[in-house]
Amino acid sequence: MNKFIVGIVAALMALLPLPTRAADAIQILNVSYDPTREFYEKYNILFANFWRGKTGQEVTVRQSHSGSGKQARSVIEGLRADVVTLALAYDVDAIAQRGRRLLPLDWQQKLPNNSAPYTSTIVFLVRKGNPKQITDWDDLVRDGVAVITPNPKISGGARWSYMAAWGYALTKYGNEEKAREFVTTLYKNVPVLDTGARASTTTFVQRGIGDVLLAWENEAYLAESEFGKGKFDIIIPSLSMLAEPTVAVVEKNAVKHGAQDVARAYLEHLYSKEAQELVVSFYYRPSDPEIAAKYSERFARLKLLRIDEFGGWKEAQKKHFDDDGVFDQIYAQ
Amino acid sequence: MRKFREPSVLPGFGITLGITLTYLALIVLIPLSGLFITTAGVSFDEFWKTVTSARVISAYRVSFGASFAAAFINVFFGLIVTWVLVRYKFPGKRIMDAMVDLPFALPTAVAGIALTALYAPQGWIGRYFEPLGVKIAFTPFGITIALVFVGLPFVVRTVQPVLEDMNREYEEAAVSLGATRWQTFFYVILPELTPALMTGFAMALARALGEYGSVIFIAGNMPGVSEIVPLIIITKLEQFDYTGATSIAVVMLMASFVMLFAINLLQTWSRKRRDE
Repeated sequence: MNKFIVGIVAALMALLPLPTRAADAIQILNVSYDPTREFYEKYNILFANFWRGKTGQEVTVRQSHSGSGKQARSVIEGLRADVVTLALAYDVDAIAQRGRRLLPLDWQQKLPNNSAPYTSTIVFLVRKGNPKQITDWDDLVRDGVAVITPNPKISGGARWSYMAAWGYALTKYGNEEKAREFVTTLYKNVPVLDTGARASTTTFVQRGIGDVLLAWENEAYLAESEFGKGKFDIIIPSLSMLAEPTVAVVEKNAVKHGAQDVARAYLEHLYSKEAQELVVSFYYRPSDPEIAAKYSERFARLKLLRIDEFGGWKEAQKKHFDDDGVFDQIYAQ
Repeated sequence: MRKFREPSVLPGFGITLGITLTYLALIVLIPLSGLFITTAGVSFDEFWKTVTSARVISAYRVSFGASFAAAFINVFFGLIVTWVLVRYKFPGKRIMDAMVDLPFALPTAVAGIALTALYAPQGWIGRYFEPLGVKIAFTPFGITIALVFVGLPFVVRTVQPVLEDMNREYEEAAVSLGATRWQTFFYVILPELTPALMTGFAMALARALGEYGSVIFIAGNMPGVSEIVPLIIITKLEQFDYTGATSIAVVMLMASFVMLFAINLLQTWSRKRRDE
């Protein structure tokens, strides 16, 4: 409910013509998803400094955060975002397809690295000492192991987790029949299907339910550092997904606000060295190869699959998460 | 228009009716007709397929089942609470009276999180049930508890004024005429309260059917077991399936309307019967 209110407030704020302080001061609105709030608060300061140095113009970036899919819907329905920074390309695609030419269909080619300035992956968070001896995906389908992950039909992060499990089984057994069996057994081990990544973290960390949490790598490190080292261990599976949160300029809105240059620069600057350093400090994986090399010991090496190997999000969504897809069949007896 | 008008010392029938219609249209009718317009975009077959798929059916069962159960529980205990608040004097009564309204004021998500913390297997209450093999949170039972919480004030606040206005002379007369205590309650007090109880029941039920915030945390949201209809609607929206979402919403709306209308009729009937 409070997210809903934040959404309304953000929408109203976007509608209000705020008084401009200097003649050439400019504002842009960044519509993003939940776990990036802290990162973008820092990044906005960084970018404002950069932009002032470059053009002498003051820029204020306002932020709106909520579930990724919900944010995409708000933009489609008229939230005047200048840029979107969402959890998966599927949500930006939805804006491109349904949003009355808000942004071009080939938006993902406009920025380097598939428009993903930082990436992440899905790892396991287990209780201290790993009492259930969980080391890889195979252990999640054992009897008596309770797995915590949100509902992939609702949560963007959970879709990455699901696809990682699917990808693991497909790589291991080489056929879809087995992969289907694998994810079915895995989801039968899920006692609570929360509606978002943060809710699942709460279920696991605060309610003490479950033996393993499938989590964003950055959330796992946050959970570990926030609740004190010594309560949880992070387990890196042998294989996972390369999660690419994607960013795009909502060109129609930006042009209307006369902000297309600053909006583009805002996203392009995410790829700069200083921004990439910031990315690392929030436990996202940097896209810049030099920075990645510099911090290589910080991020575990594992085999990472791209969503393209499953035909992209459009295919994956249709096959797995739409009504009567593979995920629904798990629960249809 | 003249024939509609009851004689009154105050003028203004036309303008107040006009305001009423405009207000209702703006606040209720136009938003709700939006639902029907969006849904009108699909063929009937598609609509029927969406609203009768196995998962949606089981969600109706969970939503209606838990809502009815919660409303019944609230009618029973709400009556007792009201009785105590109206008929007795004791220290702390004012505070208790105010507490009844808390579920109105509290953001429901907060209630949901608090209830989950209590009833989860490791929670203060849940831990005593866990060894007995009783699971409360993450089952339809947990959903019912959340709905009892949000529905309580509706029953108490509708029954309270009626009970306060009730003449004690009737009870005294009944007893002095030789009625037993149970007879006094069932034949004198209860018929008087029935319409108010039914209103309270209807409002608690309606509130429960639409409740999302508090339920979502305690439900566990397992498809086919503890998934409520509002969650299905959110799921559809998350897939950008607007027509699917509004189709189910239309079914819920119609069902709620029919039920509320039926309860209203029952109420009128019982009031009439009592007056005769």
